[in-house]
Amino acid sequence: MPIKTEPFYLNLGPQHPSTHGVFRLRVELDGEVIVNVEPIIGYLHRGIEKLAETRTYTQVIPLTDRLDYVASMTNNLAYCLSVEKLAGIKVPERAEYLRVIFSELMRLANHFLAIGAFLNDCGALATPLIYMWREREKIVDLCEMTCGQRLLFNYMRVGGVSQDVPEEFMPALKKFVAEMPKFIGEYEQLIKQNEIFLARTKGVGILPKETAINIGASGPVLRGSGVNWDIRKKDPYSIYERFDFEVPTGEVGDCYDRFWVRLREMRQSVRILEQAIVQIPAKGPIRADVPQFFRPPAGEAYGHIEAPKGNLGFYVVSDGSIAPYRVHIFPPSLINVTALADMAIGWKVADLIIVFGSIDVVLGEIDR
Amino acid sequence: MKFERYGIGIAKGMALTLKHLFRPPLTVQYPDEKLVVSKRIRGNELVWFPDRCTGCGTCTKACLQGNIILVTHRGEPNKFIVDKFELDSGRCIFCGLCVESCPYDALAMGLEYECAKYRRGETILDKDKLKLTDQHQPSAYYRPQFAAGLPKQSLLIYDKKDGGQKLNLFPLSKRKRGPGA
Ligand code: SF4
Ligand code: SF4
Repeated sequence: MPIKTEPFYLNLGPQHPSTHGVFRLRVELDGEVIVNVEPIIGYLHRGIEKLAETRTYTQVIPLTDRLDYVASMTNNLAYCLSVEKLAGIKVPERAEYLRVIFSELMRLANHFLAIGAFLNDCGALATPLIYMWREREKIVDLCEMTCGQRLLFNYMRVGGVSQDVPEEFMPALKKFVAEMPKFIGEYEQLIKQNEIFLARTKGVGILPKETAINIGASGPVLRGSGVNWDIRKKDPYSIYERFDFEVPTGEVGDCYDRFWVRLREMRQSVRILEQAIVQIPAKGPIRADVPQFFRPPAGEAYGHIEAPKGNLGFYVVSDGSIAPYRVHIFPPSLINVTALADMAIGWKVADLIIVFGSIDVVLGEIDR
Repeated sequence: MKFERYGIGIAKGMALTLKHLFRPPLTVQYPDEKLVVSKRIRGNELVWFPDRCTGCGTCTKACLQGNIILVTHRGEPNKFIVDKFELDSGRCIFCGLCVESCPYDALAMGLEYECAKYRRGETILDKDKLKLTDQHQPSAYYRPQFAAGLPKQSLLIYDKKDGGQKLNLFPLSKRKRGPGA
């Protein structure tokens, strides 16, 4: 007589240390092997898209900070780019460079947090995380110097940036960029060859190339699967075509590749920063003449950027009034998290935590 | 997975950790020790200059929270008298848009950041609480004219001797600890 078995359902989250926020996973288990994973989202929903319809175009910018709060300046940038496209505003040269500098700093800050939290999930408790945060703190210091806050920057404006950097910013940035490669080398030394880390991540949670493309994944998740796709190269925005950098890709698309892509991307960000420091004009306007309460012509525009987590898009519809008619946000984390089931099925519960950590999601962006 | 020489990677990591042991500490003992915040900090209490304010209301329109209450009445020709200027720092998100929009530089962000209150009503800042006093100073956010008088921010990038945050190797032994030290 065959034994009748039932699947076991496990709720991971919404309050779980490894879910990086209020996120719930409904896991169907056969013994310890995962049969199905269902992400349940919406615990952090604040209705930002709806709120944006009742705010003026400038007032939406602080709201976009609250999407991906780990790298909030890139959200500002994506929103401002689409409104500039809508209204046909040209951004001054110096402001473009400042935007690039801060987006790359944000990419570094995000990857520090992503790698640190990922290693934390792998069981390297706290030590690498704190090492990474030491460097992230320097970036946060630079941002605090420029715009007065450490997390929700509200720095970019439609047509430029809100204010010029103080004069002590550039020397500090130069020192930071000069010593950064040394620290990235240290992280490599700490992790790259560690046998425990390799055993837990190599070949785990493979996302095949075709699946990654079909899901619409972007950012390090897509590049880890071996697809050379970076919007900074494929659809250059701002002034990214002036910089010389490479797009690192992985080979098989396992957790290790996603980690390794992030680490190499940090080196490329430092390269872009080095070039931007040399090229930036010393003086000049930093904001186009856009009034506080401006009305773009009726129409619609979509602007997208390569945010640290992937393709971040803003679709803005204007009816010619003071507030946008509709703002739609296309967040990379939401799309990437749908790939979780493809990666995790067939692995054990302990691997699920690692696979989820390797995607690098932020819940503010998923739930909006 | 197979490794040819097991343990090399871990030894390398441990070597770095050992090196790290001899690095100066980066964290400070708050609240005994405090770092200097940015000159442009968007602190928790705004500063309002009654003599500069014309009651134009631009700041109230710029605020995305609808947070500033402004009541005026007409005085002599072409002049508004401000009866009430009030904002609730419990609802404020410290975005700084009101400061940016004020055409007469009558509003500035504050320098304070330890502003916890016991009662909800205390978070409402009225005309008197917003005024400039010795404890209530404006920051240089969007007001570069205040930047000169403010102390330099302590950055983690620099060593202590260059005005940074990195400390001596054994800071604890030289310092008194505990409240009021
Ligand atoms: S800082 Fe922002 S939320 Fe606060 S009163 Fe000013 S505009 Fe309103
Ligand atoms: S914008 Fe400035 S001048 Fe006008 S009411 Fe506000 S604080 Fe006063």
